[in-house]
Parts: sequence; C-alpha cells; structure tokens
Amino acid sequence: MSPLRSITLATLTKDIRLEWRSRDAINSMLFFSLLVVVIFSFSFDPNAEESREIAGGLIWVAFLFAAVVALNQTWARELRNQVLEAYRASPAPANALFLAKALGNFILVSLLEAVMAPLFMIFYNLRALGPAWQLIPIAILGTWALVVNGTFFAAMSLRTRSREIMLPLLLFPISIPAVQSMVEATRIVLAGDGSARFWIVLLLTYDVVFTTACLALFETILQAE
Amino acid sequence: MSAPEIPAAASIITVSNLIKQFGRFVALRGVTAQFAAGKLYVILGDNGAGKTTFLRALAGLAQPTRGEVSILGKNPREACRDVGYMAHPSLLYDELSGLENLRYFARLYDIAGDGRCEQVIRLVRLDPELTRPVGQYSQGMRQRMSLARAILHDPGILFLDEPFSNVDVRSAREMVELLTAMRDAGKTIFVVTHQASLLESVADEFVWMQAGQIVDRTPGLSPSPSRAGTE
Repeated sequence: MSPLRSITLATLTKDIRLEWRSRDAINSMLFFSLLVVVIFSFSFDPNAEESREIAGGLIWVAFLFAAVVALNQTWARELRNQVLEAYRASPAPANALFLAKALGNFILVSLLEAVMAPLFMIFYNLRALGPAWQLIPIAILGTWALVVNGTFFAAMSLRTRSREIMLPLLLFPISIPAVQSMVEATRIVLAGDGSARFWIVLLLTYDVVFTTACLALFETILQAE
Repeated sequence: MSAPEIPAAASIITVSNLIKQFGRFVALRGVTAQFAAGKLYVILGDNGAGKTTFLRALAGLAQPTRGEVSILGKNPREACRDVGYMAHPSLLYDELSGLENLRYFARLYDIAGDGRCEQVIRLVRLDPELTRPVGQYSQGMRQRMSLARAILHDPGILFLDEPFSNVDVRSAREMVELLTAMRDAGKTIFVVTHQASLLESVADEFVWMQAGQIVDRTPGLSPSPSRAGTE
C-alpha cells in the first residue's frame, strides 16, 4: 500500500476512534440540525407543492450549518496538546492528512444526512415527483463539495484567534455555486420539474476543481506558522 | 529500523546566521553554530532567550526568516526521519491509550506492527498493556510517553524541550539514565531545560542563549571566565 493510502487510512481510523469515544461532533451536529428542522417546520406552514419548492434550500442550509460544527471539531482535536506538530515533524505526506480529514467529515455529514433526510420528508410531507435516484448523486457530490472546502478552510483558520467565526466567513461565499447547484437539483427532483442533470454535472465539476486546488495548496497551509 | 551511521565528533548540524522573526519580535538574532555527532547538549537561558524557537528551527517546525540550518547535509524537512522532537506539550491524543497513540505515529514513519511501539514504551518504563487513555496519565507518565513517541522511529538526533518539567525526581533521573544510554549509543541529543543540574554530570556541552543568540558554550554548568566577568 502506498504511504499516501496507508497514512490516510490510519489517520481516518484514528479520527473515527476519537469521535466514537468523545462523540463531540456527531452529537452537536444532530442536535443542531434537529433544532433547525423543528424550528423551520413551526415557522413555515407550506402546502405540499410549496414544500417541494423550498425544501431543497432548507435541507441544504441546515446541513451546511451543521457541517461547520463538525469541521471546527476536526481540527480542534489536533490543536489539543499540539498534536499537529508531531504530524508536521514526520515524513508523512500533507495530503494524507487532508484526505483523511475530508473523508472523516464526509462520513460524519453523510451519517447526519441519513438520519435527518427522512425526518425532513416526514415534517414537510415530501415525496419526489421526479427521478428519486438522482437525489443520491446530488447528496454525495453536494456533501463532498461542503466538506472538501470546509476541511481546507477550517485548517486555514486554525491558527486565527476567532476561528469559529472565520470558518463560515471563508466557507460560505466560496460554497455559493455548490449550494445553488444542490438546492436547484434537489428542487427539480422533488418538484418533478425536468432533469437535474445540468446541476449534477456542475456539482461534479465544482468538486473536481476544488478538490484539486485544496490538495495542491494544503501542504502550504499545514507548514504555515 | 536503525539510526544512520554517524562518525563520532563529526559536525552533523550547521546553523548559519539564523534569524527568526515573529512580526516585529526577533526571537533569534543571527545564530551561527556547529554541533558534533554523539554528544548531549544542554541549551540554557532565561525565558524568552530563544531556546524553544532555536530547537523548533532545528527540527524544521519553524521556518527561518533568514539564514540556514543543515542537518546531515540536508534541510531539516528532508532530514525529518533522522530527527525526533519532543515538545513542551505532549503531542499525544488524550482520548487514546499510549499504545494506540504510538501505533498511529508508527504508521507516519512506515513502521509496521506493535513490536517497536511496545519496545519503546518499555524503554521509558511504562506498561504497554495500560489501556487507560493518555489524558488520565500523571504528568510524569505523559512526559515519558511523549519521549517514547519522539524515539519511536529510532532517530539519530533528538530535540527535547523541557522533558523534565512537572516530573518527579525519580522519573527525571530515570529519563536522564535513558538519555545517557542513548548518547552513549551514538545519538546526538539536545535538551532545553531549566533543570540543568540534572544533566550536569552527563552533558557534553552547555549552550547558553541570551536575547536570541548563543552567548557561550561551556563543558560544565559554570559560564566561561570571559562571560562570568561580564555578568
């Protein structure tokens, strides 16, 4: 196994073990998104057709905000006891750390989506009128778009004094094209309003471009003081 | 895995006009020095003298603003397999046990299996069977586990920042014995400490730092006569 793959796997396993023992991120994310679902459902009282129009936006905004919680936690545990220094001092490739963190966040946010999506469906009385299978690539590509940039910008804001505020400030503007694609694609599928193919391809392109950029720049971020 | 063969007393670390600035604050002011292989150096100085920054620059964790550091003829990043670094914080995950921590760090150095991890844990006189998370260790145990992490990949050069802080006298003496044995086995060791008396009988050289510069290098704990006169 190549060092990149074996170290990515070792770091991912370690992170999952740490999360399993502390449950820092998953508990906060679940609680936060549950609150969003409940508050939104009390704030709006849409009929079924209106629900299909707005649900895409509500669900992705809830996941975006919840993801920020996980993203901050991922790097916070590397700062305790300055463990990140041990990684920096080692010959391990920087990208292995980045990929492991991004994959870990992807797993966490996907778990959250798996739990929360059915609740959204129930609270908003939703049923897809378009091809429901398209929601799967939308969810996978959309989640990766959120976590890949989120992981990168969380690392970038790691050494800033107010990193909890810094992360959304950096992440949200750059995520606008991805969020718009996710929301539009989800709306099209739920409302049965044609094909979401264009938005899925746009999401895929966004993912490829930003994953490449993050991998190219991460070593500079890791070695920065 | 074994440490690279280093001829005794050959200069393995060369520092040329090393300057490190943090904004307007100059932490290192043109440090120039050479260090020989197989010796135990103790770096001394008041708080803010630049000891930790100097050690971090040698370990490749602080990029010089100007000047150069050469370790075994390579830059510190390239020499990272030959270098072990122990910082003031433990650099360990509190939620994992000692063995789990070392297992992870072993992967970063491409060390397979638990054999080496268990060996270094025993070397620092801890029990590899201990399942307690490191967060529940005493400060002394944490320091020893931190040392185990630093020597896990059997580096030829060790940089240790305050290894004896908050450690009881017995544990500190055991650590000194271990460091002496490692030096005798040919490793080059740098220790930043405020408890220099612990190393007085075993250190080869005391490096005195003041205001970001090396101001003296002495074989014993007393400053050289020329500097003693100025103090």
